[in-house]
Amino acid sequence: MAITRHEVLHVAKLARLELSEDEIERLTGELGAILEAVSKVSELDLSDVPPTSHPLELVNTLGSADPGEDEPRPSLPLDVAFANAPAREGDLFKVPPTA
Amino acid sequence: MSIDTLRLTAEDALGLLERKEVSGAELHRAYLKAVAERDHELHCYLRTVEDAQGESVPIALKDVISTKGVETTAGSKILAGYVPVFDATVAARCRDVGLPVIGKTNTDEFAMGSSTENSAYGPSHNPWNPERVPGGSGGGTAAAVSGGLAPWGLGSDTGGSIKQPSALCGNVGLRPTYGTVSRYGVVAFASSLDQVGPVAKNVRDCARLYSIIAGKDAADPTTVDVPTVELPQAESLSGLRIGVPKEMNEAEGIEPGVTAAVQKAIELARELGADVAECELPRSVEYGLACYYLIAPAEASSNLARYDGVRYGLRVDADTYYEMVERTRDAGFGDEPKRRIMLGTYALSAGYYEAYYGQAQKVRTLIAREHAAAFETFDLLVSPTSPTVAFKLGEKAADPLAMYLSDLLTIPSCMAGLPGLNVPCGLSEGLPVGLQLIGPQLSENTLFRAGHALERALEFDPVPERLR
Repeated sequence: MAITRHEVLHVAKLARLELSEDEIERLTGELGAILEAVSKVSELDLSDVPPTSHPLELVNTLGSADPGEDEPRPSLPLDVAFANAPAREGDLFKVPPTA
Repeated sequence: MSIDTLRLTAEDALGLLERKEVSGAELHRAYLKAVAERDHELHCYLRTVEDAQGESVPIALKDVISTKGVETTAGSKILAGYVPVFDATVAARCRDVGLPVIGKTNTDEFAMGSSTENSAYGPSHNPWNPERVPGGSGGGTAAAVSGGLAPWGLGSDTGGSIKQPSALCGNVGLRPTYGTVSRYGVVAFASSLDQVGPVAKNVRDCARLYSIIAGKDAADPTTVDVPTVELPQAESLSGLRIGVPKEMNEAEGIEPGVTAAVQKAIELARELGADVAECELPRSVEYGLACYYLIAPAEASSNLARYDGVRYGLRVDADTYYEMVERTRDAGFGDEPKRRIMLGTYALSAGYYEAYYGQAQKVRTLIAREHAAAFETFDLLVSPTSPTVAFKLGEKAADPLAMYLSDLLTIPSCMAGLPGLNVPCGLSEGLPVGLQLIGPQLSENTLFRAGHALERALEFDPVPERLR
């Protein structure tokens, strides 16, 4: 088994998923099988190979050569930004207490 | 006038509009009528847009593309009822040239899947045979185009979600070079791979739609300048060097009928004047799938962290914040997103990061280098798009690994940010077979030229036999 029940519970906590007992059992088996398959990447000795995080070699795309060109633009009005909010209080998203 | 939506290409429709033989509103109505007649069987659309906004050729948009004022769910319950307050750049560009939206098309949840069976709203069906899947994740758009419910549409592709459904439904579909089409306002799955692209009935329509959506966008810093798109005219492939990667054409699991149709297309390319020779991509195919199923879930686990019940989407109430977030995510995500979030979180977690995610990033470098080496000798590479024709609904739904193999041949070039075009090249068991053309970055015009010449020579009829 590539992944234990204990690890599944730990990862679920990290991912903020409250899994049901059925899901924990099923995912332990499925993730085990998938991890075994993807572990194939470890067969290769790649100590000299640099990692690729992105297919394009772009740099400084957000920066402008001339800071004067950085013009402010209007953002969404608050009522629009809150249009899909499950709960709002004033200009804040309302959530239950953290503890 | 009566409009045969099964046959009408976007170019035909533009001609009718130009000669004032039909109005944009009439075209839009004709497609809505076709949807009313056939979509109960195919389930391509999650919702339609009744008011035509624009006087040009109507379009279908995959439901991962934000449309202002029109519900956008990405096939997930966690976004049920979510109505975007802004348009994705690609939706805005379609609107700017007057393309009215017919509707939002079905997709595997968060574009994670190869059959649309992972949609929280039920699967779409293949117009060639409704007992078969249309492919995925963009099966809704592909089935709509082949079933005459849209002249063209947009999909999104992370590891094959445009090319594979196009292959299974007999469409022309382009996954563009990474960075040529804005991702702003597109529901994110794996950001270093996601790319929006066109699906159409022929290569010229595909090129035309690509020219509408492509180009640098200030709202997406990963976009680049794009060469002017040329609508293909040529019918000769003289001087074109085509490589046939052995591993991609002889991989285990490729059906004999698929191989036969692809071989025939390769022969035709030779007759049209192309220089065709075998080549190799030894590690791209062998390690591509494993590499993808580490990197894409890792990025997905990060991207999907935003669905927390706070700013939009589903919220399941609870006494504390963390309980609310965990219950919301358990109730809102289906099985496949949960699997990928778990897999990605594991691959990024302390103690496993280097062995899984770090190693996969290095494999990605190898894949990019192998392709770059092949393009020193060749202008294009060809292979089947999908190892199989459309499979039966339910056939692979219970086995995630079997489903993942559907993307074996589309994934490697995606990892390298390369463009890929699916061109239908024949039938096997009465179902379409797709030919995949892969080129170096920004080689879309070459792909269109080759695809157009082959399409002419192949004479594939894109209308499903049972609907003719």
